[in-house]
Amino acid sequence: MLTRIPPRVRALLILSILILIAPMLFPSSFYYRIGTLIFINSIAVIGLVILIGYAGQISLGHAGFSGIGAYACALAPTHLGLPPFLSLILGAVISGLLAWFVGRPILRLKGHYLAVATLGLGMLISMVLNNEAQFTGGPDGMMVASLGLTKGLEGLFDVNLKTSVVWYWFAGVMVLLGAWIALNLYNSPTGRVLRSVHDSEIAAKTVGADVARYKLVAFVISAVYASIAGSMLALFNRFITPDIASFLHSVELVTMTVLGGAGSVLGGIAGATLLTALPQALTVFHEYEHVMLGLIMMLVMIFMRDGLLPTLRKTLTRRAIA
Amino acid sequence: MSEFLQFVFSGLTVGAVYALVALGFTIIYNASSVVNFAQGEFVMLGGMATVFIFDAGVPIWGAAALAILLTATIGILLNKLAIEPARGASVVNLIIITIGASIFLRGLAQIVFDKQIHRFPAFSGDTPFNIAGATLLPQSIWVLFGAAAVFIGLYAFFTRTLMGKAVLATANNRLAARLVGINTNFIMALSFALSAAVGATAGVLVTPITLTSYDIGVMLALKGFAAAMLGGMGNPFGALVGGLLIGLIEATTAGYLSSDYKDAAAFIVILLTLFVMPQGLFGQKSMERV
Repeated sequence: MLTRIPPRVRALLILSILILIAPMLFPSSFYYRIGTLIFINSIAVIGLVILIGYAGQISLGHAGFSGIGAYACALAPTHLGLPPFLSLILGAVISGLLAWFVGRPILRLKGHYLAVATLGLGMLISMVLNNEAQFTGGPDGMMVASLGLTKGLEGLFDVNLKTSVVWYWFAGVMVLLGAWIALNLYNSPTGRVLRSVHDSEIAAKTVGADVARYKLVAFVISAVYASIAGSMLALFNRFITPDIASFLHSVELVTMTVLGGAGSVLGGIAGATLLTALPQALTVFHEYEHVMLGLIMMLVMIFMRDGLLPTLRKTLTRRAIA
Repeated sequence: MSEFLQFVFSGLTVGAVYALVALGFTIIYNASSVVNFAQGEFVMLGGMATVFIFDAGVPIWGAAALAILLTATIGILLNKLAIEPARGASVVNLIIITIGASIFLRGLAQIVFDKQIHRFPAFSGDTPFNIAGATLLPQSIWVLFGAAAVFIGLYAFFTRTLMGKAVLATANNRLAARLVGINTNFIMALSFALSAAVGATAGVLVTPITLTSYDIGVMLALKGFAAAMLGGMGNPFGALVGGLLIGLIEATTAGYLSSDYKDAAAFIVILLTLFVMPQGLFGQKSMERV
């Protein structure tokens, strides 16, 4: 029966059920916090699925856009008097415009050259956040205003709510929204062009696709996703440091995307779940944390080249046939 | 003028280290088309291992030699355990594997060594020379001449020896190299060993000036990668020029504009260069076969 449902509806159904069921397994409210962090990372990763998985372009600088989103929410409320929610939108607009502005020259590059150019872009954003201490507080970070979700709901329904629980559902809805847009994009005309660019840029050009424009579209969309994720992280933690824009965070995002299976939205979310939950589990090992993380990155990429989810699916279908 | 000379000296010293890291990238890239993001970790290992072997009572030359040997062994292991099993994987996969390797090595260094900042004494003391009003540390001369020696040594190896030519042949066409009887697996291991040794040498030379700790590898790898790209990936001469250029740009930016943004200047120059010359300064234009 499940096979009759179109794949994108099926993916959304699976995702909603998982989001709904997960809290039943939470032993304490601390797990709502981890769940929220997983959802926030998932949003950035869905953007990268569009860029890396659909269009086949790499970026080692997307954390920069997360940084812009985060600091928009930290700075706009105090300096411009904007409410936090509008600051999130302002951040997304700035990120999108920046991606559009620099995307055209950057996306002409291929492979490793594209990697170094996006890396440079991310580094520049991160340096500005680190150095403009009179605005950003420098490496020490700064406080962020509250989005006011919990207060608002409590006022409406006259109940006592835990912030992490409210955020879990809010971030869960945002992930569903992000996944819905990305899944719809997959089979849209734009999605088809993007995937043809992935397979062969020259072939796509030959059949008349404006390759440069579509690559730019994917770049801008993924930048907006990363920016919104950054804004949400800032508003959720109520505190932000320039680490959010660091090279390592960019690498983390790309690793999540590829680890789960870069081609699919669900794979990306699986990768985000694993890499967000893993460090929490690894804190038991204290100083072995980095060793384990590096080891896992290498092992998955060597033995499951398509990523976790596609490899799992392949093994399962093989079993089913045999 | 003396001020400018001072910036040139410090720029060339740092630039020589970037050039060595970029050279390490180039050696591995040419042999296997892998960009090894763990390259900065080789520099860290070279410096850290020298510190700890030296503190154990081994004379500095012996400590340096042992550290370079140890790092070369780690390079061979990296190839054997992580790169060889992943042959044929996509560029993104390989980037993640080598970044994973760099995180792994950093974590290992943090356990085996420690998290402190270390140094060992400069090879020929710390009394600076005075040249036209600018000071030059004796260790800087070691770095510059060391880098030059490594570059000339590698040049001679690749152009004058049969083994070096076998590496170039493997880089050019792996299958054809196998057909004429070259053991390409051995060549790969050799490239990783060479690259790791070059990185470790940079670490040994520069540690008395810049100090070392378990986490210096990331920035060095990024700068070295950028230098290799600026020069044009795969071109050893480009790696040398790219490294020195980035060092000079950084030093002059730090001196004349703002030391906070010295790293930014290097990346802006790289971005602008790639916009105008997408293949880097000396890179060849690549064609995609359809």
